[in-house]
Amino acid sequence: MSILVNKQTRVIVQGGTGKQGSLHLAACQAYGTQIVGVVRFGKGGERHQDVPIFNTVQEARNETKADCSLIFVPPAFCADAILEAIEAEVPFVVVITEGIPVMDMIRIKHRLSYSNTKLLGPNCPGIITPEETKIGIMPGNIHKAGNIGVVSRSGTLTYEAVAQLTKEGLGQSTCIGIGGDPVQGLSFIDVLSLFEQDEQTQAVVLIGEIGGSAEEEAASYIASHFSKPVVSYIAGQEAPSGKRMGHAGAIISSTSGKAADKMKALAQAGVHVVNVPCDIGRVMKQILQG
Amino acid sequence: MNLHEYQAKRILKKYGVPISPVYVASTKEEALSITEKLDEGSWVVKAQIHAGGRGKAGGVKLASSTQEVLTHVDSILGATLVTPQTGSKGKLVSIVSIEPVLVMQKELYFSFLLDRSSSRIMLVASQAGGMNIEEVAATMPDKIYTEYIDTFTGLPVFQIRRVLANLGLATFFTTQQLQKAIAFIQSLYQAFIAEDMSLLELNPLAVTDENELAIVDCKMQIDDNALFRHVETQNMQDPKEEDVSELEAQQHGLSFISLDGNIGCMVNGAGLAMGTLDTLSYFGGSPANFLDIGGNATEERVTEAIKLICNDTKVKCIFVNIFGGIVRCDMIAEGVINAIQRTGINLPVIVRLEGAKAQEAKELIEQSPFYNQIKMISDFAEAAKSAILVASKA
Repeated sequence: MSILVNKQTRVIVQGGTGKQGSLHLAACQAYGTQIVGVVRFGKGGERHQDVPIFNTVQEARNETKADCSLIFVPPAFCADAILEAIEAEVPFVVVITEGIPVMDMIRIKHRLSYSNTKLLGPNCPGIITPEETKIGIMPGNIHKAGNIGVVSRSGTLTYEAVAQLTKEGLGQSTCIGIGGDPVQGLSFIDVLSLFEQDEQTQAVVLIGEIGGSAEEEAASYIASHFSKPVVSYIAGQEAPSGKRMGHAGAIISSTSGKAADKMKALAQAGVHVVNVPCDIGRVMKQILQG
Repeated sequence: MNLHEYQAKRILKKYGVPISPVYVASTKEEALSITEKLDEGSWVVKAQIHAGGRGKAGGVKLASSTQEVLTHVDSILGATLVTPQTGSKGKLVSIVSIEPVLVMQKELYFSFLLDRSSSRIMLVASQAGGMNIEEVAATMPDKIYTEYIDTFTGLPVFQIRRVLANLGLATFFTTQQLQKAIAFIQSLYQAFIAEDMSLLELNPLAVTDENELAIVDCKMQIDDNALFRHVETQNMQDPKEEDVSELEAQQHGLSFISLDGNIGCMVNGAGLAMGTLDTLSYFGGSPANFLDIGGNATEERVTEAIKLICNDTKVKCIFVNIFGGIVRCDMIAEGVINAIQRTGINLPVIVRLEGAKAQEAKELIEQSPFYNQIKMISDFAEAAKSAILVASKA
C-alpha cells in the first residue's frame, strides 16, 4: 500500500501544454504515470503529446474518469484552475505553481471546506509513490519502492533526503511535498495521519522549515497520535529574522517561526531531530537497525 | 513589499478611510513651499523609513509653528536613524512627512494579518496602543483581543462591536459616533482585501477628542505574489529601502539575501539553500549569503548568480550546491565555467553536484581551463567542510 496515489491513479493535467507543463507531463508519462487527459480551453478534441485534450475539467472528468488533477497554470490564473477542479469534484488536486497570491489561497481554502477534494500544494514538487506513479516534478530515478514515508515543505531538500535514503538501501512508500506557501492544502498532520494508517509505511522523514507553526502542530500530533519513528530536519536555523528565505512562507516573525522552537517541540515529541540535512539517511538507518 | 507610512495612508484614503492631510518633502525647498501654504498650528514632522521605533531615534518631532516645522525637516532629512528595527547601520532619511497633530484621548492598537493555522485573516486589537505589541503580548496577554474573520462573510458588524466591547468602548460612543467607528473599521478591512495586503498595522489608532477614530501611524505590507494586479502599488517601491544586491537578484529571477560571512553560496531550491547555510554554520563556517537560483535556472542565471556573489568583497570562496532534478548539473557546470571566463574571478570554487547529468558536469569541469580553481566533491558534508577550510586559509 501507499498513500493518496498508486499505479491505478488516473491523472489529468491543467496547464499541461505550456513549456514546463509539457516537459513534466512527458517525464511523468515516462515514469509510468497514467496521464489520461490535458485541459486546454478551445483545443478540445485535439491531442497534446499523444494525450487527448479537453476544453474543461468537467468534460475531462466525465470522459476519462480521472481521479487526480496536476496543475501547472501560471499564478495569475491558477486560483481559477483550482476552483474548476474542485467544482468538477476531482478527488485529489496537486498544484505545482509557485507565486499564487495569499488572498486567492484563502478563498480556495474556504471553498475546500465544503468539498471532498484533497488539495496538495501549491508551490510544491508534488507526490510520488516510487515504481508506481509520479505526479509532480521530482526526479523519478532517485526514488525506490520501500517503507519510508517522506513529507516536506521543500523541493530540492526532499530530493536530497530521498537520495540519501535510497543510498542507504531504504526505499520509500510515498513522498509528498506539501509546499512552501503560508496557505496550503494538505498539512503535515493530514499526511502523518495517512502514514499512521498505512501498513507499508514503517517510519517517516519530516522536513520542515522556518515560518509559521506547522511543525509545532505536527509535534503535538506526533506526541499523542503517531506510533512510528520520525526523523526530522528543520531548514533555516541560520536564517535572519524578517527576511523571506525564497519560499513565501519561510519567514521568521518576532513571535514565531524560529527553527530552534520547532526542533525543540519535535524532540520533546520523541522525534529524532538532526542538525544538518546530510544526516537524514544515516540516522534513519540507525533507528531502523535498532 | 513594504510601503512608507505616507503611501499607506494614500492607499487607505481611496477606500474612504478618513485621513488627515499628509504633505511629503524630500528637499528643504519642497518643505518650504509646503509650509508657505500651511496655517500656523501644531504640526508633526516624521521620517519616512521602513522601520518602526522612529520616535525614540529622533525621527518624529512636534512643531508649534511653521518655522519650527522647517527646523525639524532640516534636522531629520538626510539624517541616519538607528532604531531597534534598522540594524546597527541605521537608515538614511530621504523623505519626511508633515501632518497636523491630532488631539488623542485614547491610543489603541489595531492590525489585520494572516493567521496561517486557520488560513483566515485575523483582526488583533488592544487598548495598549502606542506600545510595542510584542511586548504587550509577552507581558499583558489579556490586553490583546483577536477576531478571526470568515472569508465568505467578511467582517460583520457584530464582530466589530465585540472588538470595541473588549477594548472597553461599549458605552463610549454615541449612536452616531458608533456608526462612524464601525464604517471606519469596515473600510480598513475592505482595503486590506482589495489591495492584497499581508499586514496592516495601526499603532496607535487614536480616539480623538471628538470621539472619532483616526490613524496616527500606519504600517502596510503588500503580498509580493499579488503585485502583478496592483500596478500603482508596484510603482511605490522605494529602491533606497532595498538592499542593492537583493534588488539586482530579483531582476534576474534569483532569490538573494546578504549575510555576514565569507563563503558565497549558490544553491537550487529555497529549502536546500537554507540547509546549506545550516550545514556550513554547523561545521564552523560562515555563509556570506542565501542564494536560490530556482527550479528552472538557466546558464545565464548561473552566471549572474556568480557575479552577484563576487560583488561582496568579504567572499573568500564560492560553494555551489546543486541537486539536479529539473536543473541539469552539466548546465550548472557550464554556467560556472562561463562566469569565471567572463568575469576573470579567481576565487576558489567548491562544487557539489548531485543528480541529473552529474557525471557530464564533472567531465566538463575537468576539461575546462579552470580545473585547478574548481574542486568537485560529491558528498554534501565533505564539500561543506572543504569550503570552510578553503575560506579560512584565504
